[in-house]
Amino acid sequence: MTSASPILDIRNIEVVYNNTIQVLRGLSLSVPRGAVVALLGSNGAGKSTTLKAISRLLELERGELKSGDIVFDGQSVQSDTPHGLVRRGLFHVMEGRRVFEDLTVEENLTAATYANDITEAKKRFELVYEYFPRLYERRDGLAGYLSGGEQQMLAIGRALIANPEIILLDEPSLGLSPLFTEEIFGIIARINNEQGTSMLLVEQNAAMAFAVADYGYIMETGKIVLDGPTELLTNDADVQEFYLGMGGHDDEEHKSFRDIKHYKRRKRWLS
Amino acid sequence: MDWLFFSEIGLAGIGTGGLYAVAGLAFVLIYKATRVVNMAMGELLMAGAYIFIGFSAGLALPVWISIPLTILATGLLGGVIERTIIRPMLGENAISIFMVTIGLGSVLVGLVEIFWGADPHRLVDFIPSDPIFIGEAYLSPKVGYGFAVAAVIIGLFLVVFRTWRGGVALRATAGDQAAAYSMGINVPKVFSLVWVIAAMIAAIGGILVGSIGGVSPSMGVYGLSVLVVVIIGGLDSLLGALIAGIFVGLIETYAGAYLGGEYKMLATFSLLVLILVVRPYGLFGTHEIERL
Ligand SMILES: Nc1ncnc2c1ncn2[C@@H]1O[C@H](COP(=O)(O)OP(=O)(O)OP(=O)(O)O)[C@@H](O)[C@H]1O
Ligand SMILES: [Mg+2]
Repeated sequence: MTSASPILDIRNIEVVYNNTIQVLRGLSLSVPRGAVVALLGSNGAGKSTTLKAISRLLELERGELKSGDIVFDGQSVQSDTPHGLVRRGLFHVMEGRRVFEDLTVEENLTAATYANDITEAKKRFELVYEYFPRLYERRDGLAGYLSGGEQQMLAIGRALIANPEIILLDEPSLGLSPLFTEEIFGIIARINNEQGTSMLLVEQNAAMAFAVADYGYIMETGKIVLDGPTELLTNDADVQEFYLGMGGHDDEEHKSFRDIKHYKRRKRWLS
Repeated sequence: MDWLFFSEIGLAGIGTGGLYAVAGLAFVLIYKATRVVNMAMGELLMAGAYIFIGFSAGLALPVWISIPLTILATGLLGGVIERTIIRPMLGENAISIFMVTIGLGSVLVGLVEIFWGADPHRLVDFIPSDPIFIGEAYLSPKVGYGFAVAAVIIGLFLVVFRTWRGGVALRATAGDQAAAYSMGINVPKVFSLVWVIAAMIAAIGGILVGSIGGVSPSMGVYGLSVLVVVIIGGLDSLLGALIAGIFVGLIETYAGAYLGGEYKMLATFSLLVLILVVRPYGLFGTHEIERL
């Protein structure tokens, strides 16, 4: 593979749950090597479903990739198992953090050593504790007793242990105070810089996501409706109104992106 | 009140309970990690006991070789069962899997009858037979040594479960299967491992139970008492299985001694109903248990 090829390439995928509910309808996106790419969208748009399709956790929920293809590091994910993908370097930090509550902080990190050569993984504990000194202080405590922010740190810490090529992050700011959110995003940016890890970042907090991401996609009801470099998206009036909470009124907030199709057309011509 | 008699019965009850605890441990292990209610637990114990007969009497191997061989062979049997019968059923609804394990129990009984016939067998005597006295109270040596072995097995298991890295994978899988997958843990392999370990524990339980009371193909009924134990303790609680095991052992033995043998089952099932009314998930259970 040349380094110019994207680390992750999603081509026109359709995903159906229970053989009945179609959630993704021809979604395409790609993540260049070393980049942070943001994926935004309102509740129920299918962001988490997209990530689960990539990491193949979809099958645990009776979801199925009906058409299209997802290529990670030059190879289709369809030929791999979920745990096999993690070993190949694709790590999914799931929505809601999903720490193992009955395990200690350190045992949670140990659980992630299966992704890697064990001696390699053991060396990375120090790295995690350096990024998150708070986890070091609480390493022998049960993960269930950590605060929401600390649990998010642990969830990202587990990813660091696995030393992946790409991390799929599902709403790391979920339920966190602004201060904690800022801290977490600071670390996400550092990990990207220092470890060279590519990231696909799903967020509701568009301002934060755009602060660390190079490129953004906006999706609605199962497909991408808008995409571009984050500087362009940030300055876009509609994105400002719907996702950055600037201008507009609260009671108009549920207005759909489909109402601004004219924008999309203009955008297509420009690019 | 004859206190000596009372305490002797108590000791015997604890001894019986230790064996329940071992069998309960195997049951809970499978339920906790894979959410499979294994109705064939009693038959797995029985299979272990017969395999021991196969090595010790059939092949006339010394006991100290027969025991490890039995543990290995039964573990292998557990792995094969998981791979061929349980694994293809994963994702199906709980009732289907439940029924499959009931079927599995009958198959094991059938196999045992083909090889060894339907008559009861006695195991080779290998447990020391000098009587044990605790204070003045007499304890049957078989029950006493059986309990000691049970205690060692449980202790060993708990230590391994806490310290070995595989124990972390196992507990992670039990806690959150999807999250375990997302860590790179090979969840199907953990499932196999759990069945192998549970079957090995069952083999030890089977040898002990068989040494005390002999074995017959109907020994699987023992599984019924084990089911009571784990429901009382909480299907997903290891600690619950241990405590409920001793508890049920005591109740059963006291009921048998003071009311008569026919009241054993009545006493334990009354206890079961009582506890389910007060605590629907058992004494230590946490998760909602799927209604069967
Ligand atoms: N396991 C499932 N079975 C059936 N439908 C599902 C399942 N998971 C998600 N869905 C449906 O798919 C749609 C998209 O869900 P998804 O979780 O991907 O949205 P999301 O963009 O992540 O939303 P949020 O921002 O609220 O997390 C929703 O309508 C949801 O109800
Ligand atoms: Mg989501």
